[in-house]
Amino acid sequence: MDDLSSLFTGFQIALSWHNVGFMAIGVVLGIIVGVLPGLGGPNGVAILLPLTFGMDPTSAIILLSSIYWGALFGGAITSILFNIPGEAWSVATTFDGYPMAVQGKAAEALTAAFTASFIGALSGVVLITFVAPLVASFALRFGPAEFFAVFLLTFCSFIGMGRDNRAKILASLCLGFLLAAVGLDSISGDLRMTFGSTELMRGFDFLIVVIGLFGVSEILLTVEEGLVFKGKQAKIDLKVVLRTWAGLPRYWATLVRSSIVGMWMGVTPGGAIAASFMGYGLAKRFSKHGKNFGKGEIEGVLAPETAAHAAGTSALLPMLALGIPGSATAAVLLGGLLVWGLQPGPMLFVEQKDFVWGLIASMYLGNIAGLIIVLATVPLFAAIMRIPFSFVAPVILIVCAIGAYTISNSIFDIWLMLVFGVVGYVFKKLDYPLAPLVLALVLGDRAEDAFRQALIGSGGALDVFWANGLVTTLVLLSMMLLFWGPVGDLIAALNRRGRAEKPAAAE
Amino acid sequence: MSSPDEAEAPEPGIARRPVEVATAAILIGLAGLVLWDSYGRGAGWDGGPQNGFFPARVGWLFLAAALFILFQSFRSENQVFVTWRQLAQVVRVLGPLVLFVALIAPLGLYVAAAIFIVVFMGVIATARWWSILLTAVLVPLACFWIFELQFRVPLPKGPLEAALGY
Repeated sequence: MDDLSSLFTGFQIALSWHNVGFMAIGVVLGIIVGVLPGLGGPNGVAILLPLTFGMDPTSAIILLSSIYWGALFGGAITSILFNIPGEAWSVATTFDGYPMAVQGKAAEALTAAFTASFIGALSGVVLITFVAPLVASFALRFGPAEFFAVFLLTFCSFIGMGRDNRAKILASLCLGFLLAAVGLDSISGDLRMTFGSTELMRGFDFLIVVIGLFGVSEILLTVEEGLVFKGKQAKIDLKVVLRTWAGLPRYWATLVRSSIVGMWMGVTPGGAIAASFMGYGLAKRFSKHGKNFGKGEIEGVLAPETAAHAAGTSALLPMLALGIPGSATAAVLLGGLLVWGLQPGPMLFVEQKDFVWGLIASMYLGNIAGLIIVLATVPLFAAIMRIPFSFVAPVILIVCAIGAYTISNSIFDIWLMLVFGVVGYVFKKLDYPLAPLVLALVLGDRAEDAFRQALIGSGGALDVFWANGLVTTLVLLSMMLLFWGPVGDLIAALNRRGRAEKPAAAE
Repeated sequence: MSSPDEAEAPEPGIARRPVEVATAAILIGLAGLVLWDSYGRGAGWDGGPQNGFFPARVGWLFLAAALFILFQSFRSENQVFVTWRQLAQVVRVLGPLVLFVALIAPLGLYVAAAIFIVVFMGVIATARWWSILLTAVLVPLACFWIFELQFRVPLPKGPLEAALGY
């Protein structure tokens, strides 16, 4: 197998001393980022991105993706001990994780969560190892029209599969596209929507937007509820870990089911949150202990964690193979590729073999390192949450400001960060989803280029989007995904009305 | 006296509907701005799509979505968007933060950060004065060591750093 030998080379790259060091640093930083309110996967990576500009791309992405793994692990700590989900996809973990902590079984819950995360992530990495090269080699045949169709698929699945108000998802997506269009137009070289301002000529850097939307706004939301966190104690010793592990094989069906749900939902963008709820819901329906869910059932921790992490990891598959990120954090990593001078997309597998396989190998190693580090250091990280928030909040905000400044050495960018912080606060309170905005902002220029090149190629005729079997299939699939949700809603609404009318008719 | 009643009655605050309507109105305004700008530069076909072509199409979609949100907001249930107590907390964080960003240009990031920490922790007022001062000195020093000395990332500096020779 050609790919397996590439993977082996990748392991050799990832196992060099300094790369293993970066992995450990990344995981520890990631856990801190995951535990602290106001810092999550996307903006933790965004803040540290400027520090890696001078690094070798392979080491840089190993460092940043390890932060991602660490953040995924860290989210579970706050969900279980403090009943505060670190990320949206940890929400389902609080349902049974916190009750377990209340019953004094915090160590079991944490061990179960970390192990489940590990299994989920591993299944995602295996999927990437075997499927991503196939997708990439298939995608080498894509022209602009096909690429635009894939972008369309991404955005349509966001709208169709999202759990939020669909009009708000659409508005959020459009806003991202429009922010991306501000500044220099890459095809014609004209300035767009700058309204004469020189500061806007550079356009909106998505890293600034991410730091504002996810960092500053999160702090503002957190302080609403006061400045003290009350948490449960946890100390993990080897005996508890081994005992919990010994009990896990009984739940193999839940683990497998959640992994599959997660992998499927992860490749479709925006899926990690839906995947965690779906994993939880399915486990609740099929488990023998379904009645106990919500009261501290270990299966209720395993199911959503496995699904969320399988999805979170699989989200990197479309990013690597097609250059289309499946989550906000993957979008930030993709932005990193551009900064390091790598062109994301299927050519990456041909031109940057070392980089791609080094990254994939580091996914295996990073998750193993993450599991060990997180099990060993939970008490330490739980202690971070006990530092008064009035100490932590200013430090986080200062770090956010530094991160925003270093991207292009501009104080104007810090003001922008502040503005987007307030925007993010209002948007979150009004249930506007933020991930579509970030995704559209990152992909906006490339989606537009693909669209315009396809139209130039066809002389302006829209039938280029159903000119051959491939592009027609993609467009049809997009439409199916787009209308999947709304049609489902409509049927549900009609059913409800039907049921409401029946008793009325009977009277 | 009537504590159970107080627990059930929602806390007073800003209602959700006006905020929802205002946000939708701002989005509609933005959509209008985009359309005006795009059609101003040309959103048609001139040997290929003009540079306003794509933003204009997205702008129309955006306008439609924003109008729909506006329509929905009138039908939605009116809850509390933010209670006055919560808003006060947010302002106590946002105020010092704005001051911090405003001070970066004249004083440099490190001094501004020290002032920010003192003001922020002073306003929140749960810490002892010596721990505030210690944090205010140590955090900027740590940032200086990490960014300026280790990673060689220059951050904005002001008169104090200039006097010290950096």
